[in-house]
Amino acid sequence: METTCIMCPMGCALTIEEQDGVVKVRGNTCPRGEKYGVNEYVDPKRMVTTLLKVKGGGVLSVKTSEPFRKAQVSAVLQAAAKVLLDRSYKAGEVVVKDVAGSGVDLIATADLIFGEKA
Amino acid sequence: MKHFDVVIIGGGPAGMAAALGAREEGASVAILERDVRLGGILNQCIHNGFGLHYFGEELTGPEYAARFREKVLADRGVTVYLEAMVLSLTEERNVTAVSPTQGFIELSAGSIVLAMGCRERSAGAIGLMGTRPAGIYTAGMAQRLSNVGGFLVGKEAVILGSGDIGLIMARRMTSEGAKVKLVMEIMPFSSGLKRNIVQCLQDYDIPLRYSTTVTRVTGKERLTGVYIAPVDEKLQPILEKEEYVPCDTLLLSVGLIPENDLLTGMDVEMSPVTAGAVVDEYRQTSVSGIFSAGNVLHVHDLVDNVSEEAFIAGKSAAQYAAGKLSQGECVSVAAGEGVRYVLPQRVHKGEGKVRLYFRVNKVYRGKSVVVRSGDELLKRKKTMVLAPGEMQQIEIEKSLIKGDISVALEE
Ligand SMILES: Cc1cc2nc3c(=O)[nH]c(=O)nc-3n(C[C@H](O)[C@H](O)[C@H](O)COP(=O)(O)OP(=O)(O)OC[C@H]3O[C@@H](n4cnc5c(N)ncnc54)[C@H](O)[C@@H]3O)c2cc1C
Ligand code: SF4
Repeated sequence: METTCIMCPMGCALTIEEQDGVVKVRGNTCPRGEKYGVNEYVDPKRMVTTLLKVKGGGVLSVKTSEPFRKAQVSAVLQAAAKVLLDRSYKAGEVVVKDVAGSGVDLIATADLIFGEKA
Repeated sequence: MKHFDVVIIGGGPAGMAAALGAREEGASVAILERDVRLGGILNQCIHNGFGLHYFGEELTGPEYAARFREKVLADRGVTVYLEAMVLSLTEERNVTAVSPTQGFIELSAGSIVLAMGCRERSAGAIGLMGTRPAGIYTAGMAQRLSNVGGFLVGKEAVILGSGDIGLIMARRMTSEGAKVKLVMEIMPFSSGLKRNIVQCLQDYDIPLRYSTTVTRVTGKERLTGVYIAPVDEKLQPILEKEEYVPCDTLLLSVGLIPENDLLTGMDVEMSPVTAGAVVDEYRQTSVSGIFSAGNVLHVHDLVDNVSEEAFIAGKSAAQYAAGKLSQGECVSVAAGEGVRYVLPQRVHKGEGKVRLYFRVNKVYRGKSVVVRSGDELLKRKKTMVLAPGEMQQIEIEKSLIKGDISVALEE
């Protein structure tokens, strides 16, 4: 696998390979790059921020409660696209629990006053 | 005419932090904001990555804005005028604004903080060739339509410019089910963060082509496609290599321009490089009592720096209004080899520290940042990599200032 280390502005080009069960990182300039490369190969995680639709129009911005497995990002986005909100929410409130079985929740990042035109 | 110690024009992150800075000095403060709420651009930046420096945690744009908004709205010393579009400003510090709810607003001020942010360069600004069909948006406009209005601007998009707003919008549109075919960058490098290139493009297999631009667009009512071509060293398109990419949407992420139109006709010295005012370390312009901070002063990549800068401007503006801002002899601060600009452009001699912010003009590896004052070396700092997209900072002791200052890159 090839990727770019994002731990500092150097942005080293990393090549990551598994040899005999050991994950090897090449191209890094420092140990942080190695750690990052191994994580990206073995168990990459991402935060997701997206929008949920509100009945009658408008959107509410949400984020996942934590970074979660990158392989589940599209399942989470698809589940989020199906939600239609029909009440008010406060920023910080859980809107969808354990979204698409990912183990993380979707949390409101802004207030939503239902019925108020944006 | 109502009077306030400090009148702030614009209620984005810069305006809000300026208000808090001014309140720390006990000033009476007014904020004039043309939108229906405080927060500026942050209200539409729903992604996270804000506040790591300022709050020590990663917040989304709306969350970062809310932290400041709650403090500002809770403070009875701050009067907030919403839906108030400022129309004029004079050197005598009189401000006029109009609002659909309050009509004509006229204020006088002990000092002014400019915090109007910036606007995006448009199709006209870059001389985009071809027809003018629907489907061509600036990235920020598309972001606002999507994140505040809930509208997806198209189904098959091409993005010109690899700045952070363009990268973020590539991911946003993909998340909403659109296909982003390509991101193009005319320069051989991106001004966007590495993190955004990985997490907004690579994660979604969106290709990024460097040294490539749009040569013309096609379509009558709706955009039908764009012609693209690689560019030579002089950034001129190589037309023999032109190719066609069908799409219904073109997003432009081709730079931001400080929104300084209010200063037209005033004697505020402007920097041709930043397109913002020339300021001292208090963020005071060449017209005394008028301060500037945030994107209207120079384009920032991190909102954390905006808050910090605006806090200084607000505090200093309050001190000025109270007649307490100490102003002695000034030296100038210039950009040397490899440096595009340094801010502030003027610094007073005296006590304490001052932080200089600067941008380099291209990517450099293994250079040292060198600060000189007169003939003396004030500071030398070795760096691994410097990129134009990331604002740098270096702190100096005012007591060591001997003469004009320069910031340059050396071996
Ligand atoms: C489209 C866009 C997207 C961005 N995305 C990111 C990002 O993802 N991450 C990041 O760190 N930075 C981002 N930035 C940079 C961001 O703008 C700054 O970090 C920060 O928001 C700048 O704060 P500000 O207060 O200077 O400007 P703004 O947030 O633009 O606020 C300026 C305010 O002034 C008001 N105003 C202007 N003129 C007048 C007038 N005449 N009368 C009354 N009010 C007026 C405006 O309505 C606005 O609310 C983005 C910038 C833009 C333009
Ligand atoms: S490997 Fe080290 S030097 Fe290279 S980008 Fe990663 S953190 Fe920076």
